[in-house]
Amino acid sequence: MKAVVLLDFWASPFGQRCRIALAEKGVDYEYREENVLGDKSPLLLQSNPVHKKIPVLIHDGKPVCESLIIVQYIDEAWPDRAPLLPADPYSRAQARFWADFVDVKFNECGSRLWKLKGEAQAAAKEEFIGILKLLEGELGDKKYFGGDAFGFVDVALAPFVSWFYSYETCAGFSIEEAAPKVAAWGKRCMERESVANALSHPDKIYEIVGVLKKKFGVE
Amino acid sequence: MAAAGGIEVKLIGAWPSPFVLRARIALNLKGVEYEFLQEKFEEKSELLLRSNPVYKKIPVLLHHGKPICESMIIVEYVDEAWPAAGRAILPADPYERALHRFWASYVDDKLNPSGAALSKAQTEEAKVEAAGQVIAGLKLLEEAFGRLSKGEGFFGGDDIGYVDIALGCFLGWLKVTEKTSGVKFIDEEKMPLLARWAERFCAHEAVKAVMPEPERLAEFARKRAASAKTPPAN
Repeated sequence: MKAVVLLDFWASPFGQRCRIALAEKGVDYEYREENVLGDKSPLLLQSNPVHKKIPVLIHDGKPVCESLIIVQYIDEAWPDRAPLLPADPYSRAQARFWADFVDVKFNECGSRLWKLKGEAQAAAKEEFIGILKLLEGELGDKKYFGGDAFGFVDVALAPFVSWFYSYETCAGFSIEEAAPKVAAWGKRCMERESVANALSHPDKIYEIVGVLKKKFGVE
Repeated sequence: MAAAGGIEVKLIGAWPSPFVLRARIALNLKGVEYEFLQEKFEEKSELLLRSNPVYKKIPVLLHHGKPICESMIIVEYVDEAWPAAGRAILPADPYERALHRFWASYVDDKLNPSGAALSKAQTEEAKVEAAGQVIAGLKLLEEAFGRLSKGEGFFGGDDIGYVDIALGCFLGWLKVTEKTSGVKFIDEEKMPLLARWAERFCAHEAVKAVMPEPERLAEFARKRAASAKTPPAN
């Protein structure tokens, strides 16, 4: 086993955050695919007994769990290059706030776009567009959420770029129309090697959404 | 420390909120003077809505007028903005930091929601189920205490740290729920480490002046429930 191991699932946006961060830092690691739709490996169960979920980063045998905690760990364990969080406390607090927003608002609402139908879905769509506009406002005319440099919030949100197609198709709207700056940011992120290598193709994500819909009993 | 020209640190909050308590404890640990802006319970102030437009929730820390939102983000900010003051709230080592962040996250993502489910439970069956979840969560924290405290008195070691703040803020409300439900959550026999830690935490200098008495919280809860049942005037 290499010094750095990532237990992951190819389509997981949370795992992709970790892959992007490791690539940005140029850290060599061993990628281990977990079959999340089937049996979990003994190593996963042992490394994350509380949640039994990927991603888990194992560094010199010590496991780190929860994607944003892993990304912060990667930033702090390899501090000499490509800083993901800014230096000053106030900017760091803002970065943490928006990364948390991606989890609590963006992803949570996004999942309702494909889990729900009819009126409930339409309501989720309106809510999601509101969330996109908040992100649009926060991004403004910056190259990245982190400013000129690709940072923590960018890492948190970038994996969901490959979910844009699924959100749009399931709920019937255009992200480009609702939030053109965010859409442009998404394309800029895809130009980064770390992101392009980590993300799944939008068609593959759409297939996964189909599988998840069946699993959740959504017709 | 306090600025020569006035209070540069303000905290928008409300005294019963455990999340607000987190911010107060962190500021106290660092010896930071601040102005506490108590929100009215019936309506949110202009300042709050302007400072936290995304969630419109307390606590909000204002430092030189710039807002910081989300309780544990505020705690981490306080730790980083006053690095020389008091004692570090998060450990220095990256792995230890990840571990402490994990358990603080656990409190917010798992333990607190199961507590909320308990307070909302209508049937006896639902209450028993929800109480079981809370106890199961606390048991995990009992185990985690052993690992994180390294034999000392707090999750943070020899003094209050990040996880202590994340969990300890709920102790007042926990006592209220224990009384109303008749369930002992932190049982001395089953969770000896947490039981002793809870006493230590509530007695700490940075906590005791700001942690509301359970009786006061219970009274607040009663008034809240009563006003919820009464329809608004005309």
